[in-house]
Amino acid sequence: MNIVVCVKQIPDPAVPGELTSDNRLKRDGAKAILDESDSYGVEMALQLVDKAGSGEVILVSMAPNGEVSGLRQALAMGAARAILISDDALAGADALTTSKVIAKAVERAGGVDLVLAATESSDGYTGTVPAQVAELLGWPSLTFAKHVEIADGKVTIQRQTEAGYDVVAASLPAVVSVTAGVVEPRYPSFKGIMAAKSKPLDQVTAADLGLDSISAGQRITSVAAAPARQAGEKVEDDGTAFERIVTYLEELKVI
Amino acid sequence: MKTWIFAESENGAPTTATLEMVTKARELGGTVEAVYVGTDVASVATGLGEHGVTKVFGVDPDGVLAGVVGAAAIAGLVGAEAPDLILFAQTYDGRDAIGRLSARLDRTVLTNGMSLSVDGDAVTVGTAVFGGAQLVDTLFEGEKPYLAAIRPKSFVAEPGGAATPEIVAVGAVDSGRAGEAKVLERHVEEREGPKLEEAVVVVSGGRGIGEAANYEPLVEQLANLLSGASGASRAIVDAGWVPYSKQVGQTGKTVKPKLYIALGISGATQHMVGMKGSDNIIAVNKDGEAPIFSVADLGIVGDLTKVVPALIEAIKARG
Ligand SMILES: Cc1cc2nc3c(=O)[nH]c(=O)nc-3n(C[C@H](O)[C@H](O)[C@H](O)COP(=O)(O)OP(=O)(O)OC[C@H]3O[C@@H](n4cnc5c(N)ncnc54)[C@H](O)[C@@H]3O)c2cc1C
Ligand SMILES: Nc1ncnc2c1ncn2[C@@H]1O[C@H](COP(=O)(O)O)[C@@H](O)[C@H]1O
Repeated sequence: MNIVVCVKQIPDPAVPGELTSDNRLKRDGAKAILDESDSYGVEMALQLVDKAGSGEVILVSMAPNGEVSGLRQALAMGAARAILISDDALAGADALTTSKVIAKAVERAGGVDLVLAATESSDGYTGTVPAQVAELLGWPSLTFAKHVEIADGKVTIQRQTEAGYDVVAASLPAVVSVTAGVVEPRYPSFKGIMAAKSKPLDQVTAADLGLDSISAGQRITSVAAAPARQAGEKVEDDGTAFERIVTYLEELKVI
Repeated sequence: MKTWIFAESENGAPTTATLEMVTKARELGGTVEAVYVGTDVASVATGLGEHGVTKVFGVDPDGVLAGVVGAAAIAGLVGAEAPDLILFAQTYDGRDAIGRLSARLDRTVLTNGMSLSVDGDAVTVGTAVFGGAQLVDTLFEGEKPYLAAIRPKSFVAEPGGAATPEIVAVGAVDSGRAGEAKVLERHVEEREGPKLEEAVVVVSGGRGIGEAANYEPLVEQLANLLSGASGASRAIVDAGWVPYSKQVGQTGKTVKPKLYIALGISGATQHMVGMKGSDNIIAVNKDGEAPIFSVADLGIVGDLTKVVPALIEAIKARG
């Protein structure tokens, strides 16, 4: 069982975001971290390979400036190797371009049974990459999984829905997107962190993957501050604040 | 301008999110048509027609995920039908459909749209970034059709342009290996009261409620008394206290009720982007500096485990 996990390395979400002068997300400030949403995919992949008894977990990440901090985190969790696509020509890539890069990297990895991704990234949250990668590979996509099982060359998931969940299945190879909380990501051990430093990292450019023309098909025309909402009345509770709420509810006629 | 809507349904009628997009497309002018994947196209088409859709392409899902079949069907139709813009709701099936279609047609996507404007041939989609602090307008470039996904609650659904839509049955579509993804079982979780996105009052709980066991007696009870729906911050969804379907915010639902009550929610930007469009906001938080107070019309600085039970009793006492 060979599993590719798409891992995005993102600016730390705890640090307020910024746009560059050409309206792209600023990515060259603090060091990048592994998108927490992808730590679930990494954990899921490790468990599935472990259960299968053979195979490896391969990371695929597209990131600027040869960024490896987030990849090291995932390697320390136990992934075997990584493919990093880093290329100035990919700056400002849209989700479809990113998906083309990932699909080519999956082919480069070779002999892949399953691709795991998060349902959306924490910084861009386009939320379409898993379906796009699947279409480019010509594979089934099982999206929004909150439970994943593999048996007899078939993957079965519980797919989150508005009303509850659906059980969806397809044969391998396939793409699965996992929701947060699908498994409990492990903390890298000290041994894992040390081992990560010497794990194979295959760094390539878009051209190495046979991708030349990159067009975004979209252009930002304006960025403006959202209208702020005014703060209203603030009451310190002295045991009677509930009465103020009751009056407010009456004024609104909800009681 | 010819706009297509990837229509979704619930109980034989179009979803509110679908009708919101139809209404907006109608306002933008030109023709509005829909593609619907499902076995009940006749009843869904009626609701679409009441909102101005003139033609509905009906596709049989044959047990396959709707987004997968929908993308394959649309890819087969766009050549002859030439829509300028195709809108999808930012939902599970909508995202499957727009993602797959984007790769099929080699077109970019703009997702999480909250506004939409058309000027001649130019189509611009507005989104919120950094937790709603900034608004970004993005213009499509390149070839049509343009593909956009719109967050539910971005527009208001209103009937109009009433038509009896022509229903066109689309023959069997070949989704290739993607069509292997079959739905084997459906599980529906019981829900009482109104839907979160449609409720007039929403009461949400955050980590400040202390423990999972407090959600029912504090948050749900208050919501029930006000005939509202109960919601949550991501902190307590991730903690497993309540299901994901209750999450309000950037990665959850957008709500715009008449009244939003935030109990023990700090007011992270990612939460506020999903609720600050509410008409009125009440917040209860013991930390007077909590960011939620910056958007609250009525802010109570206090311990919710004292304020909420007293409030519930007072409302009950009114009978
Ligand atoms: C990419 C990304 C996406 C995200 N998407 C979402 C999203 O969709 N929705 C969302 O909600 N969050 C989202 N978050 C998480 C968000 O950043 C916050 O972590 C989360 O909203 C915090 O939840 P909270 O307010 O319940 O918890 P906390 O921030 O821990 O706040 C708890 C509050 O309760 C108060 N409190 C404690 N005890 C009491 C008491 N007895 N009485 C009264 N008040 C009390 C505290 O003062 C505090 O303000 C996202 C984060 C990221 C990075
Ligand atoms: N640059 C990237 N490198 C690796 N994986 C990515 C990248 N961008 C997106 N993904 C994967 O695709 C998922 C959805 O991304 P998005 O569609 O951008 O919200 C992410 O959570 C990742 O798992």
